[in-house]
Amino acid sequence: MYDFSIITTAIDQFLRSLMPSALATFLECVLIAVCVLVAYVLLAIVMIFMERKVCAAFQCRLGPMRVGFWGLLQVFADVFKMIIKEIIDFKRTDNLLYNLAPFLVVLSSVLTFSCLPFANGIEVLDFNVGLFFIMATSSFGVLGIMLAGWSSNNKFSMIGAMRSGAQMVSYELSIGLSMLTLVALSGTLQLSEIVARQADMWFIFKGHLPALTAFIIYLIAGNAETNRGPFDLPEAESELTAGYHTEYSGMGFGFFYVAEFMNLFIVSGIAATIFLGGWMPLHVPGLDAFNATMDYIPGPVWFFGKTFFVIWLLMWIKWTFPRLRIDQVITLEWKYLMPIGLVNLLIMTLCVVMGWTF
Amino acid sequence: MKRERYTYLSTVTFALKSLLSGLKVTLTEFFTPKVTEQYPENRKTLKISERHRARLTMPHDENGANRCIACGLCQNACPNGSISIVTKSVTDEETGKSKKVLVSYEYDLGCCMFCQLCVNACPKNAIEFCNDFENAVYDRKKLVQKLNR
Repeated sequence: MYDFSIITTAIDQFLRSLMPSALATFLECVLIAVCVLVAYVLLAIVMIFMERKVCAAFQCRLGPMRVGFWGLLQVFADVFKMIIKEIIDFKRTDNLLYNLAPFLVVLSSVLTFSCLPFANGIEVLDFNVGLFFIMATSSFGVLGIMLAGWSSNNKFSMIGAMRSGAQMVSYELSIGLSMLTLVALSGTLQLSEIVARQADMWFIFKGHLPALTAFIIYLIAGNAETNRGPFDLPEAESELTAGYHTEYSGMGFGFFYVAEFMNLFIVSGIAATIFLGGWMPLHVPGLDAFNATMDYIPGPVWFFGKTFFVIWLLMWIKWTFPRLRIDQVITLEWKYLMPIGLVNLLIMTLCVVMGWTF
Repeated sequence: MKRERYTYLSTVTFALKSLLSGLKVTLTEFFTPKVTEQYPENRKTLKISERHRARLTMPHDENGANRCIACGLCQNACPNGSISIVTKSVTDEETGKSKKVLVSYEYDLGCCMFCQLCVNACPKNAIEFCNDFENAVYDRKKLVQKLNR
């Protein structure tokens, strides 16, 4: 297996040999921040392109084909358009909150993004409550959405924000429960540990039925968490113009847009990490030659491969089902997903205690 | 559908089944060949349906003769008045009777709404619609066409 910590320690030692330790630490922080932000933006662009192409394929279309080869430059053109658009200030909005809201949303998703373990040794933040931290940071994005809806002084925005609040607070539970199911299986909250413990077999196979149930619940709740798919009623175009970001233009809207796509990436990344083994190659117990071959494929390829597979699954769900009503959304969560999740957690705990896992 | 009283678990299984059947439909759609036509690039392979009505034409045979008898039915049938027929009377030398013949068949493509009433009204099948749809011009005078030769 490739160990990227060799490279990172080499850079660290090189910097420390050049300058005092405090300055080196500071410089490393800046470097990492730049890397994270660049990766964030690039992935967002990839995601938007993928969304358009996958959506088109599900609707029997080709998607953007004109700008650049196979439409590859279309997203860059869109981003450029977004950047040069005017940011409008409205008279009767709460200006501070109005301008703060997009940053809160982006902040939440960047923070969560930086916690993902991309490869062996490439993880910005790795500590013993990593999964807990991810849940905490990803859930305060709803604050930005609520602020955006409130400060826009627009009824559509307000309704969208309230829907989003009700939905995200509800589905946070299901996400938490399905994560907890996997934590019961892995016995740790530390992300690097979780990945390391899937070295013999991924958790979705190790935990068989309860893990699979948790995965399905996670996918449904994850789609709701990112305000996408059949749960996109906070920004239901046909009812609320654009929901909570109706009043935003230019990069204010761009932040919401990018954050939405990156939340999709983050949800998929977490699913790939805790269910499908993160950067861990596919290992089948007993097949040593196969396992050794799989180890030649570097970790980032595995991580991004799995993540984009889960993203594809979520897009498949999104472009298949029609939008739910708000009462149906809440019913689905409180009457179905959460009780099933709780029972599932119980079954998983029983399996772990009795040693019924692989 | 018969409304039944579902139990909790049967609701869940029913929901899963129906969701999966929906997912199956979109998955097959994902892999079917796409229907998008990339128009200017695919001019050579472009296939337009035979029934497509793009422009009125008057077919001529190899002698340059058309089948129009200048009866004016198409002109009367046209709701937009986009057809105007200029005729003249010619006396037949054998019988001595006068007969209307076509001088010019003027068709204004800019007024036409492609309803095909003229083609249906024609007793001799002298006019028909063709597939040639690239009719954009810069001057609307160019849209007025003389169909007979």
